[in-house]
Amino acid sequence: MSLLHVEDLTVRRGECPVVDRAGFAVRAGECIGLIGPNGAGKTSLLRGALGLLPFEGASDLAALSPRERAARVSWLPQRREIAWPMSVERVVALGRLPYLARGARLGPEDRSAVDAALRRMGLEGFRHRIATQLSGGEQARVLIARMLAQDTPLLMADEPIAGLDPAAQIATLDEFRALAAEGHGIIVSLHDLSLAARYCSRLLVMQAGRIVADGPPREVLTSALLSRVFHLKADIFATPQGPVIVPMGVHI
Amino acid sequence: MKLFIALMTGTLAIFALSLFVGYAAIPVPDGLAALFGVGDPLFETVMREIRLPRTLLAAMVGASLGLSGAAMQGFLRNPLAEPGLIGVSGAAALGAVIALQTGFAAAFFLALPLSALLFAAGAVGLILLLAGPRGASLTLILAGIAVSAFAAALTALALNLSPNPYAASEIVFWMMGSVADRAMTHVWLAFPIMALGWLALATLGRGLDALTLGEDAAEALGVSLTRLRLQLLFGTAAAVGAATAVAGAVGFVGLIVPHLLRRFAQGQPSTLLWASALGGAAMVLAADLAVRLILPERDLKLGVVMALVGAPLFLHLIYKTRREIA
Repeated sequence: MSLLHVEDLTVRRGECPVVDRAGFAVRAGECIGLIGPNGAGKTSLLRGALGLLPFEGASDLAALSPRERAARVSWLPQRREIAWPMSVERVVALGRLPYLARGARLGPEDRSAVDAALRRMGLEGFRHRIATQLSGGEQARVLIARMLAQDTPLLMADEPIAGLDPAAQIATLDEFRALAAEGHGIIVSLHDLSLAARYCSRLLVMQAGRIVADGPPREVLTSALLSRVFHLKADIFATPQGPVIVPMGVHI
Repeated sequence: MKLFIALMTGTLAIFALSLFVGYAAIPVPDGLAALFGVGDPLFETVMREIRLPRTLLAAMVGASLGLSGAAMQGFLRNPLAEPGLIGVSGAAALGAVIALQTGFAAAFFLALPLSALLFAAGAVGLILLLAGPRGASLTLILAGIAVSAFAAALTALALNLSPNPYAASEIVFWMMGSVADRAMTHVWLAFPIMALGWLALATLGRGLDALTLGEDAAEALGVSLTRLRLQLLFGTAAAVGAATAVAGAVGFVGLIVPHLLRRFAQGQPSTLLWASALGGAAMVLAADLAVRLILPERDLKLGVVMALVGAPLFLHLIYKTRREIA
């Protein structure tokens, strides 16, 4: 089942296209890693596909009304923002907003979704803590839990593991992989190539606004691609968990 | 729920106090009867034509300022935002000042508030023109600041060119803000407009909650930011424009009340909306009560008392914030 279909998507900043005729589809059960150097257009591609940026081309999610879209896809922006001193539980419950009638309180279904999200991110002990008083990495986990509470078929996350400690990075990606196995579709932008290779079933590689490679990690992550796209000299070790990439130097 | 009961009881208590405390000593049972048109006609005049409009206006003005302050802070995700930011109160004050300066205010009974309302509506048009109907929050604020600055300049000009010292002092006193000597007609003029504004603002809760996570996340949660922005602008303009038109400039309420109540609303912007409406009503009612009790013979102005109370509260806020940062 296709959860997102994007065709010929172009996003312009002024005249210059930051995403250039990109096309891809996300099916249920896939965990897609979006990789590429800084400024390659990863965030613009995701925001364009959601309809949060003006674009040319087609994206089936952007064609929906905001309310319908919120039931189909959850979005975790790169900038982590919790404006007010709310409890962790309340922040996570914001993910249930699309399902609440005006002025309605959380129902039993909403409560169990919030509980499940807190459990998945290991935040049960933080439930009543004030979210803005937590550390940056803890806040990131709260916001991921908020996204999980929205309980949508498709999840899109922009650098969800940036700034997390190694254990939290792995735990988060484990959850994403488990969600994909349960039939959700997932697309995450990542900078850690080894983790991307290990946890994603498919990688999209972006360079200068274009998708330059699309396929399983083993096929995509070659030293030629790392050199061409990332300007990186790297050793690639095949392990049972997938390729491990060790950056060794920079191509000028 | 506990918060609602506490605020509601407090507001109602001050409301009742405001009705039964005043220059003329009227026993509570007689006053109550007089409110319903029974008993001494003198008491009836005092209760129904002096105290009731004054009390109602204080509550309405306070609720308008508290509600729009909470909405504005939630929208901008900034605890220092206040309803005056979009320039509507400045424009309404300018309308009133021009009416006073030209003598139009004396032309007929409601000339002054109507002129203020006209200017407030003009300001909304001007802001929409400047910021564009799809304008971002930053352009909205910049347009508001431009309109405020221009209105302040023109107000100063009107004061500068005032025909005689009496007109000047009349303008200055009006600008201090007051709900004294208002009639039920003022209530009936302001109420429908304020009610529209309250409706627009009170239904912003869901959008403001979502905005806690930033504009991008809010949109992805199904909130239309364009609509939210317009609703906020019209709601604030109607509530604050009407409040300024009947009571003059009363500062600090929209800034302080949401700030004081945020902790009790557990930070949730939607809860803070109605909490600040009740809190604002209570605060302005209390300030107006203070006006009558402290210097009853000197016609102390509501806006002055509000500023005297507001400024130290602000200092307290600075102190608290500094402690949190340190």
